[in-house]
Amino acid sequence: MMELIFALAIGILTASGVWLLLRPRTFQVIIGLSLVSYAVNLFIFGMGRLRVGAPPVLESTEAIDPTLYADPLPQALVLTAIVISFAMTALFLVVLLASRGLTGTDHVDGREDVR
Amino acid sequence: MKDMIDHLIIVPIVLPLISAAVMLLLEERRRSLKGGIGIATTVILLIVSLVLLQQADAIIPGTGLRTYQLGDWPAPFGIVLVLDRLSALMLVLTSVLGIASLLYALARWHRAGPRFHTIFQIQLMGLNGAFLTGDLFNLFVFFEVLLAASYGLVLHGDGKARVRAGLAYIAINLTASLLFLIGASLAYGVTGTLNMADLASRIPALTPDDASLLAAAAAILGTAFLMKAGTWPLNFWLPTTYAAASAPAAAMFAIMSKLGVYVILRLWSLVFGPEAGALAGFGGDWLLIGGMLTIVFGMVGVLASQSLPRLAGCSVLVSSGTLVAAIGMGSGSVIGSALFYLVSSTLGIAALFLLVELVERLRDPGADVLAVTMEAYGDSDVDLEEEIGVAIPATIALLGGSFIACALLLAGLPPLSGFVAKFGMMAAMLKMNGGAVPVSAWALIALLTVSGLATLIAMTRSGITSFWARMSDSIPRVRIIEMAPVVALLLLALGLTIGGGPAMRYMESTAQALQAPQGYMTGVLSAQKAGESVKEARP
Repeated sequence: MMELIFALAIGILTASGVWLLLRPRTFQVIIGLSLVSYAVNLFIFGMGRLRVGAPPVLESTEAIDPTLYADPLPQALVLTAIVISFAMTALFLVVLLASRGLTGTDHVDGREDVR
Repeated sequence: MKDMIDHLIIVPIVLPLISAAVMLLLEERRRSLKGGIGIATTVILLIVSLVLLQQADAIIPGTGLRTYQLGDWPAPFGIVLVLDRLSALMLVLTSVLGIASLLYALARWHRAGPRFHTIFQIQLMGLNGAFLTGDLFNLFVFFEVLLAASYGLVLHGDGKARVRAGLAYIAINLTASLLFLIGASLAYGVTGTLNMADLASRIPALTPDDASLLAAAAAILGTAFLMKAGTWPLNFWLPTTYAAASAPAAAMFAIMSKLGVYVILRLWSLVFGPEAGALAGFGGDWLLIGGMLTIVFGMVGVLASQSLPRLAGCSVLVSSGTLVAAIGMGSGSVIGSALFYLVSSTLGIAALFLLVELVERLRDPGADVLAVTMEAYGDSDVDLEEEIGVAIPATIALLGGSFIACALLLAGLPPLSGFVAKFGMMAAMLKMNGGAVPVSAWALIALLTVSGLATLIAMTRSGITSFWARMSDSIPRVRIIEMAPVVALLLLALGLTIGGGPAMRYMESTAQALQAPQGYMTGVLSAQKAGESVKEARP
């Protein structure tokens, strides 16, 4: 059940994100990128297998059974990915504002469609 | 002393980082000091990478390599930096382009916006790191470092066109990075490792289910890298962005699209080598077809370009397509010549990007885009500087000569290295399978020839309009510091022809080592020796 909900969450986030990415407004693009990056973060986390109540950090230096512990590596990777995508989103936001200021429109092409 | 040489491997990453950090502390006005630090850094980088190249050349192909274990953690657990022929070659190429673009930028471009030198050094750090790392996730981190810097460089100089192109560029690259993450984590989920050598060594033991998941991961990763390399149909952003970027930034971007090609070559030959069982050669046909379509697309683009910067952007596509297709051919000697082509076309395209801006001054000296952005930025000392610019005698002759050299280099005509490279690739393809040349090889040979012809036609046409049929008689002001990098890059290409024998031998043994991924795997995974020698060096 947990796996199903998890997979559905990733799927819905990705689908909404991709749809928004393909929209013509820059703000929609940035929200789309954020949603996809949330989905990717969850996906990375899921790649360490979903476990409940298993600590990722060893509690003692004695020989222990590693199957009792969750895989710590994806959790570290997620942390890195979150930081990087957060920074990139902030940077993209600045460029978006610059584009809005220079072109006077929030269309991704820098000009409105002629209808 | 020997231990010091072991530590040289990390210098190309740490040195630009330090100099970027130092430059951040300096005031924005002290540009000449920053420029001095930047040039000094890049020169040291070139020396270090030449030493590393020499070290890598001493390795016998397929038997081992030099590694640097970060934090002294042994290979599959810690991150390793790996120095082999391929990465050493790319390091040298990066630092050569670094010096050339930085010198060029010192003439005027580094005044066109804030923090140019810092961003430039970070870009070098990201490139060097990506070429050296032996860890998939670390590769992602270095990709992000260099992309973050490249966003800054694309926007350097400001202006509507750059911001518009930058917006698309950033969106595309963020998406590619997300694909990279999905692919890398899926590969981790299947194999339980992120170390490239370890990953490759675990492939034969995979169950069929896991193997198909890994194939999916590789396809997703490949898509991300092909996006970077500019393979059709993922390349519509590339000519616009490269044409909009300032000349020194665009020259650096010439190697960024080669980074995508490098990663494909590295990962593909390592992971899907002959030992990979059912997965051996996975996706090779896709690379071949994708590469050939890219050549066609780039060729049409080159012919249809109405401005020189766009023409240069489209020739990046032709060059990327050629390389991707040659990798897809999967034969060792083709890859050897393709590496030669990589070096020669990167030099040629970088020189062209630098030259294009100088030639544009010929066309319309009054309406220089740069002047407008300079005004917008409000830098008053620029006008004074520009007056000092000496109109070197025979400017036109020099510009024209360099333009012809670029055309010969990119079209692949003798006497420059482009010819040697293309000839080598064709000769190798004709020798494949003992003379029974497959249809795909004939198609690629035809495309190589036709794309050379198209490049020649397009360059001749724009050469005529720029040099012979120009509207004004005034000689443009070109400073020696702007002309020198272009000439130097072209002379390097000439040197590559003259020293063709040793250069080709180096490329051949690089390809040979790539064809024997076992050497890479054992080299990385049994690298305790290097780690121990590092340990002994400590007090």
